[in-house]
Amino acid sequence: MALQTSIARCNARVGRAPAARVAVKPQYVRGAAQVVAAKKKEIMMWEALREATDEEMERDPTVCVMGEDVGHYGGSYKVTYDLYKKYGDMRVLDTPICENGFMGMGIGAAMTGLRPIVEGMNMGFLLLAFNQISNNCGMLHYTSGGQFKVPVVIRGPGGVGRQLGAEHSQRLESYFQSIPGVQLVAVSTVANAKALLKSAIRSDNPIIFFEHVLLYNIKGETHDGDYCQSLERAEMVREGTDVSIFTYSRMRYVVMQAVAELEKKGYNPEVIDLISLKPFDMETISKSIKKTRKALIVEECMKTGGIGASLSAVINESLFDELDHQVMRLSSQDVPTAYAYELEAATIVQPNQVVEAVEKMCSKVAAAV
Amino acid sequence: MALRSASTQLLGRAGLLPAAVCNAFHRCMSTSDKFSVEVLPFKAHRIEPPNNVVETSIDELVGMYELMYKMRRMEIAADMMYKAKLIRGFCHLYDGQEAVMTGIEAALTKEDAVITSYRDHCQHLSRGGTVKEVMAELMGKRDGASKGLGGSMHITAAFGGRGGASKGLGGSMHMYNRQANFYGGNGIVGAQIPLGAGLAFALKYQKKPNVAIAMYGDGAANQGQKYEALNMAGLWNLPVIFVCENNHYGMGTAEWRAAKSSTFYTRGDYIPGLKVDGMDVLAVKKSMEFAKAYALEHGPIIMEMDTYRYHGHSMSDPGSTYRTRDEISTMRQERDPVERVRKLLLAKGYDAAAIKAMEKSVKKEVDTAVEESKAAAIPPNEWLWRNVYVAPANMDMRTVEGTYVQPTYDPTYSS
Repeated sequence: MALQTSIARCNARVGRAPAARVAVKPQYVRGAAQVVAAKKKEIMMWEALREATDEEMERDPTVCVMGEDVGHYGGSYKVTYDLYKKYGDMRVLDTPICENGFMGMGIGAAMTGLRPIVEGMNMGFLLLAFNQISNNCGMLHYTSGGQFKVPVVIRGPGGVGRQLGAEHSQRLESYFQSIPGVQLVAVSTVANAKALLKSAIRSDNPIIFFEHVLLYNIKGETHDGDYCQSLERAEMVREGTDVSIFTYSRMRYVVMQAVAELEKKGYNPEVIDLISLKPFDMETISKSIKKTRKALIVEECMKTGGIGASLSAVINESLFDELDHQVMRLSSQDVPTAYAYELEAATIVQPNQVVEAVEKMCSKVAAAV
Repeated sequence: MALRSASTQLLGRAGLLPAAVCNAFHRCMSTSDKFSVEVLPFKAHRIEPPNNVVETSIDELVGMYELMYKMRRMEIAADMMYKAKLIRGFCHLYDGQEAVMTGIEAALTKEDAVITSYRDHCQHLSRGGTVKEVMAELMGKRDGASKGLGGSMHITAAFGGRGGASKGLGGSMHMYNRQANFYGGNGIVGAQIPLGAGLAFALKYQKKPNVAIAMYGDGAANQGQKYEALNMAGLWNLPVIFVCENNHYGMGTAEWRAAKSSTFYTRGDYIPGLKVDGMDVLAVKKSMEFAKAYALEHGPIIMEMDTYRYHGHSMSDPGSTYRTRDEISTMRQERDPVERVRKLLLAKGYDAAAIKAMEKSVKKEVDTAVEESKAAAIPPNEWLWRNVYVAPANMDMRTVEGTYVQPTYDPTYSS
């Protein structure tokens, strides 16, 4: 019951990425007036995720972590660094390399009331655990007639890194999105990483939590205190009027790079970080489209069957009359991600493509007027 | 009932008393008194097996017989309902294997956890569910174990016994009973094995003095995830008992055509195992008592139950294209688990009329359950969107018609 109240409290908050906040703390030295601005500490995303994990494990003894090398090795991306020293081997469990097995084990434990965080060393490896995630995780609450909750967080890095090769560069959000009963969340900043992970751990639903290989070392500030961010709300990154750009994960930064370019050219794009890939925050999305009348989706998912494909269909179906231009969708090419640097770069969306897309949309619409 | 003197007992056993006195003596024996029965010796792998003498009593046997007979009648009724097209989809029947689950329950409490495959109707019964909950679930009615949502492979019993198992949402393969620690009911072969390891992990994590039983078949024994679960269970000494219900056929493929090694109790390698006569409920009980004690102290153990299913793999399978009718009928005549207990009870002087009365009452219970399930209501359309999520917030689900619907949450299905 207490858990439900706190979840309700978490869900009631609308997630919003704060502008870089600097806490100014005036310091007065006797005899002289000196104002020293004390900056809030900046940490890396992996540290923020670690803080979230640590805080939630301390708060709730049923929260535990399991995955490959999460314990003694320190976590392959340091998200669980040294946590085993504080919580012991059972709560920070080093599993053998058997994704199907330990995913099933984590879900079985969740059915009894534990709250495991199952880490996929790379989200791509979780293809081996797909059956457990789909049938026993997503669908179980429904098919058991509401008897069994599966409060599990399945987290790990996905996305295209730096020449990691096709099998280590997969984007699984497109495969998981159709599973009934799961929620999909993609983090992008230090602030939302910590706040969303806390919410995900407290949620009674199974949350598939996408991090990105290239974002672990980005720096930023976390929210104060026990801040939990809503798992179902998108984030307004930049308010604008010309076009609504919907994005998530690392592509947020690609978009903002393009936005810097677009601003110089006199455009005023609105950028929304989806955060919740399932369900879509249609309230925020439709509000934006009604304002700008143009939608551009920028994602790292594959063109075929990606998150963008679903979102594009929903926008077309529900907001057709609000659009002055067909929905544009920049996604990854439907090819395996090559090892070679140039080919890898050609597979995923680059800032110049975003700039071109916005220019094209806006000029076409302007010409039609 | 009072006991006659010790001398009468001795004389009676030595055959020195006339039959009438013997019979009279037996009738005077207390039904809670323990006596010993010999079972087939256990085959063991990396462990010293328990001896093959089992203690039981009339009371216990009567309880076991009632449960097994109920299982048998229920499965036969399911067969008829399936042929009458009142049960649809897949329906995997357990008749022939009753001794396995009944014997397991005799060694466990409801604090121990059980998880099994799609052949789960009888597990729901043994874990405290009712025939009505199973039947209603199979017919996809709201009073079913999983509210009609799970179906045959997903039977679970609801909180407080309200209504049925999965409310018609699970169906045949999805029966569950949370209160009795019955975790279903799983459609995908072998997927329940790592889940079972997870149940044991949670028991160990919460320091509970209980075990988890992960049941699977000879077909599932070749799944990779079984070995992943065995490895983890062995590594961390999880209190899990892996029960392989070897009915010798994985759907239509005989064990010797699917497994290089069909001595399933040895396939845990470093994990000890026992092979048990799965058609003898007392052998199962003894072996499971042994297994529970072992699992609590040391860790995982494999129990191979040598059993048999009379029906085919499911109702879609006649069960005769890959085995002979002779084999099936021989099994019925020589090793039927329900008949065995009945014979034992009669041999021990239990009143045949009392058995008949109990059978009649069970038949009536099953018939009533069938009739009530036929007449029961189907799950209402509102249940389509219920309990997809727990306490959903800010969630609009898009419908096929292009509208949005708010998913609801009510695990009691109060409306």
